[in-house]
Amino acid sequence: MTVLAEPQTAFVARHLTIRTRVASGRVPVRAVAVVLAGLLTLVVVFAWSIGTGDYVISIPDVLAVLAGNGDPAQEFVIEELRLPRAVVGLVVGASLGLSGALFQTFARNPLASPDMLGVTDGAAVGAVFVIVMGSSGGTLATGVNSLGVTSAALAGALLAAAGLYLLAWRRGIDGTRLVLVGVGLSAILTAAVSWMLSKAVIWDVPAALVWLSGSLVGRGWHEAMPAIWALVVLGPLALVLTATLRALQLGDDTARGLGVRLQLAQAGVLLVAVGLAAFAVSAAGPIDFVAFVVPQIALRLVGGSRPPLIASAVFGALLVLLADTVTRAVLPYELPVGVVTAILGAPYLLWLLIRTNRKVSA
Amino acid sequence: MSASTLTPERPQTETPSRPAVASRTRLLVGLLGLTFVVVALGLASLAIGSKPIALGTVWEVLFDNDGSDAAIIVHELRIPRTLLGILVGCALGMAGALMQGHTRNPLADPGLLGVTAGASIAVVAAIKFLGVSDPLGYVWFAMAGAVIASVVVFAIGSGASRAPSPLSLVLAGSAVTALLLSFTTAMLVNDTVTINHYRFWIVGSLAGRDMSVVAQVAPFLILGAIVALAHTGALNLLSLGDDVARGLGQHVGRARVVGLLATMLLTGAATAACGPIAFLGLVVPHLARMITGPDYRFLMPYAGFFGAILLLLADIIGRVVARPGELQVGIVLAVIGGPFFIALVRRRRLSSL
Repeated sequence: MTVLAEPQTAFVARHLTIRTRVASGRVPVRAVAVVLAGLLTLVVVFAWSIGTGDYVISIPDVLAVLAGNGDPAQEFVIEELRLPRAVVGLVVGASLGLSGALFQTFARNPLASPDMLGVTDGAAVGAVFVIVMGSSGGTLATGVNSLGVTSAALAGALLAAAGLYLLAWRRGIDGTRLVLVGVGLSAILTAAVSWMLSKAVIWDVPAALVWLSGSLVGRGWHEAMPAIWALVVLGPLALVLTATLRALQLGDDTARGLGVRLQLAQAGVLLVAVGLAAFAVSAAGPIDFVAFVVPQIALRLVGGSRPPLIASAVFGALLVLLADTVTRAVLPYELPVGVVTAILGAPYLLWLLIRTNRKVSA
Repeated sequence: MSASTLTPERPQTETPSRPAVASRTRLLVGLLGLTFVVVALGLASLAIGSKPIALGTVWEVLFDNDGSDAAIIVHELRIPRTLLGILVGCALGMAGALMQGHTRNPLADPGLLGVTAGASIAVVAAIKFLGVSDPLGYVWFAMAGAVIASVVVFAIGSGASRAPSPLSLVLAGSAVTALLLSFTTAMLVNDTVTINHYRFWIVGSLAGRDMSVVAQVAPFLILGAIVALAHTGALNLLSLGDDVARGLGQHVGRARVVGLLATMLLTGAATAACGPIAFLGLVVPHLARMITGPDYRFLMPYAGFFGAILLLLADIIGRVVARPGELQVGIVLAVIGGPFFIALVRRRRLSSL
């Protein structure tokens, strides 16, 4: 089994010990600083994202509207059009970052992500099924259409996750087995999507492809709300699991020795990770790569031995929002947001890698 | 490094005397058996297709190209295809074993070195900017892209003075792959002409390749396979972790260069010939490992044989199920191989990397 982080002489997480009469504790200075810097950047990018578009609104005006005293026209554009889209980006990014950090710690493998384990592909099967079957006519189509793409994707993702858990369960969950079953499942589901696309009426295919590449175009409050609720409920739950994760990271046997109730802990981590990914993907489509790259970037910025949860959520939100804004504001034609997340995120991770490697070997 | 890596196979309580994996003699006999399976599947692949040819006829025209319909079909279409299936399947199986050995990661596939993504972007660029539209013309572009991408991954993964560690190899490989695939998608958006050519390459297929393609890629594949087989001792040491391997006298940097060079040759040539067939290289080493255990001296040839067998089998099934058309080998592999793989993973005790 692989390690998630190498011993890093360059990044040592420093703690500030605070002792007062009321309470005492250690404050991880570096982690707090990184998260605060990330949040600050996030606010700026959020305002930029809302201000950008065919109708440009300056950042002070954006802030005025958000504070509740702005121009009515601007208010409409922001509250009905731009805000929901930005919020979807924010929530989806945070969920994917968090989910990726959980998966990677759980499987003790940086390559483990919801994309690789079939959860995303399950969502894709659901969504493509609705898009393709919805126009076929007849009672089936009516039923399918009333379900809607978002719910179908959610159902697909949750079904795939349930399948993953059941197939991997054999007197307990083993990290390696889970990952390998996920790989098989993902291959089958991907083939199912290809098959549906090849059988589809040709004018349905572009719509399916747009969904498959992941996009925030035309996302409104209707798509945002389930994802927001998922993050509100499951996010804190993930933080509660931090202590368990710290033990799980040392290996199943050690964790058990440390008093972790292994089956319960594993089921809990998986449930949270899968839930976050499922709701995120159903809202915005599969934005590949975020769940892989963000935890690794956060790990390198914060230091430590496993992907930090809060920093992963913050930087996930930042990456997706930034990518969406860049596609609208900078590029000559709009690219799928998943493409831009990789173009922005991958070079940054590579740069961090090069820098670390140089320092370690120097 | 977590302790599980170094833990030997847990002794089986019910039959304590029996070793956890098959004995050396059995494994050698198994190799012989697998050779027969490959030959049998090869003959089946010559006989089965949208025009079935009796095995007897196949045998006759195989050595006597008499110009009959059967002889033309066998020699022009099915022999190149079968040879390519054996070579490419074998190459991807071995490349997968190499990649999983060097990264010590069960999720590593041959494309992780950036080879597949490099080949893809080079092919797209060739179609888009140079107007290449013949699949035979893609081969050299794909090879060039594969070489450049894997050199970049290797360079980024390495430190100033040492070869990449398993972890930085995995991270650099995934990041470069994602970056290249994104640029590929960006080039394809709004360009239906290029998409139309590219989509037939990307699915991965053995169909429509003639002897010239086989001749182009065979030297690379054979060289890569020889290097891979000669490299197995080093892989055994590396699987104990870089530090232990170094302590046992293995030059880790040199082994890394040799192993990744072999991966690049095998995957690059295979991808150039058939397009990306992703699933095979990931799954086959796990199948082989279930039989041979973690010893790469046996794992490597078994992975090669299993790769060839699976690819040939999937190709033959693809020809049968959708007559008179065909199902691409990549899809068949996923649909049939996926459930089979899950069932195996569930049944067998996994031997960890």
